[in-house]
Amino acid sequence: MSVDLNSKPRLAAGCRMGENNNQRVLLMPERALRLIGPSLEIVSRCDGQHSVAQIIGELQLIYSKAEPHKVEQDILGYLALLQKERALDL
Amino acid sequence: MPTTQQNPLALVAELTHRCPLHCVYCSNPLELQSRANELSTETWSRVFKEAAEAGVLQADFTGGEPLARPDIVDLVRNARAAGLYASLITSGLPLDETKLEAIVEAGLDHFQLSFQGTREETANDISGTKSHQHKLRVLQWLKGYRIGLTLNFVIHRRNIGELEDMLAIVEESGAGCVEFASVQYYGWAFANRQNLLPTRQQLDYCVERLNRAEEQLRNKTRLVFVVPDYYAKFPKPCVGGWGRKLMLITPSGEALPCHAATVIPGLKFENVKNRSLREIWEHSDAFQKFRGEDWMQEPCKSCDRRTQDFGGCRCQALLLTGDPCATDPVCSLAPQRSKVDAILAKVNAPDGAGATIDPPAVISPSKIDWLYRPSPA
Repeated sequence: MSVDLNSKPRLAAGCRMGENNNQRVLLMPERALRLIGPSLEIVSRCDGQHSVAQIIGELQLIYSKAEPHKVEQDILGYLALLQKERALDL
Repeated sequence: MPTTQQNPLALVAELTHRCPLHCVYCSNPLELQSRANELSTETWSRVFKEAAEAGVLQADFTGGEPLARPDIVDLVRNARAAGLYASLITSGLPLDETKLEAIVEAGLDHFQLSFQGTREETANDISGTKSHQHKLRVLQWLKGYRIGLTLNFVIHRRNIGELEDMLAIVEESGAGCVEFASVQYYGWAFANRQNLLPTRQQLDYCVERLNRAEEQLRNKTRLVFVVPDYYAKFPKPCVGGWGRKLMLITPSGEALPCHAATVIPGLKFENVKNRSLREIWEHSDAFQKFRGEDWMQEPCKSCDRRTQDFGGCRCQALLLTGDPCATDPVCSLAPQRSKVDAILAKVNAPDGAGATIDPPAVISPSKIDWLYRPSPA
């Protein structure tokens, strides 16, 4: 589980954001993932423009009450998981 | 009555039963619909809108061969316009580069290409037609587009020995997902089961090899292995539970809770020509029949796993025990598990159907008395 802080993640082929019943979802081949709170903030920044470091910085501002190192670790873990599930290209 | 009623999430649009392939394990019913009975473009497009309104996220275009529909490009476009994620589940056979480009431009999200094997001889024997080389060409064309790609290898006794070559095709393709889907025994596969069910030795080899493959493909291709459930300890949560997630619409417009539901006697199916999708989802007898837990018998009724596997597959219970309310007999807790064990014993006997097979040897597809599914008019 090593995520490069300089890489600019983008949604993998066949994955896109969608909406259903006022709920944002990540649509993927054969699957869909509900996006709530931090997961929505992270995935909506996986646009090939934001670097991992930028995503971490922005979420640390949004979730300023949380411990910054914990936010970073959570984000790195989540990005690695999404890559493994082939929702992201890192 | 159901305790909780959720939205349907997936719409399986069985556009046609026509198909250039004649696969011996086809999931279509033995009685196939003709072209004259197929729904119009307009009706399908209304169904897509109703589906999205009912909460459905994804539409899977399948068949038969969905590309046999001349309006496939319009159907993909209209499903996208309705707000659905559009998947095409295809043999790739009636496809050329122009058609592929048009479908992608119409908004196709995901392309699932099925493979019958890796050798011309096996693949053509299983599909009853020449198809393999064309699929490899389709894979090359797909490299020009950024859409989701899944390769689907249907595996069984005759092609488990080709796993190594299948994995080579996967690596070459760059697909985001590969499914190694063991044949499930319904419809045409049920009729041909004796020639398809793998031996335990083959299955052990398969599990071991695919575990290694999962590591090799990590972060490149997600690997999904669907086990042959006759060998499983617990049943599969068929279609995620009856009437819980999925609606299947047949070529003529009947709404089914699963692919095989027509085998269950006495179920009455509503048609999308006469009822809205939401109405069918909420009230149709066929969807209500095995929703929730009221229909369950022991040991399902008091089993801790009933909320995970929902008693297994109703169609399999019917096919193997004659009672659609029975515990799926592949379950190790099922009173009728001995029926499945007897089938496995026959396949695994020293002089049984699988006796001459040593994995990973490849079987020469000679002189097997297959029952091929035809293509309807």
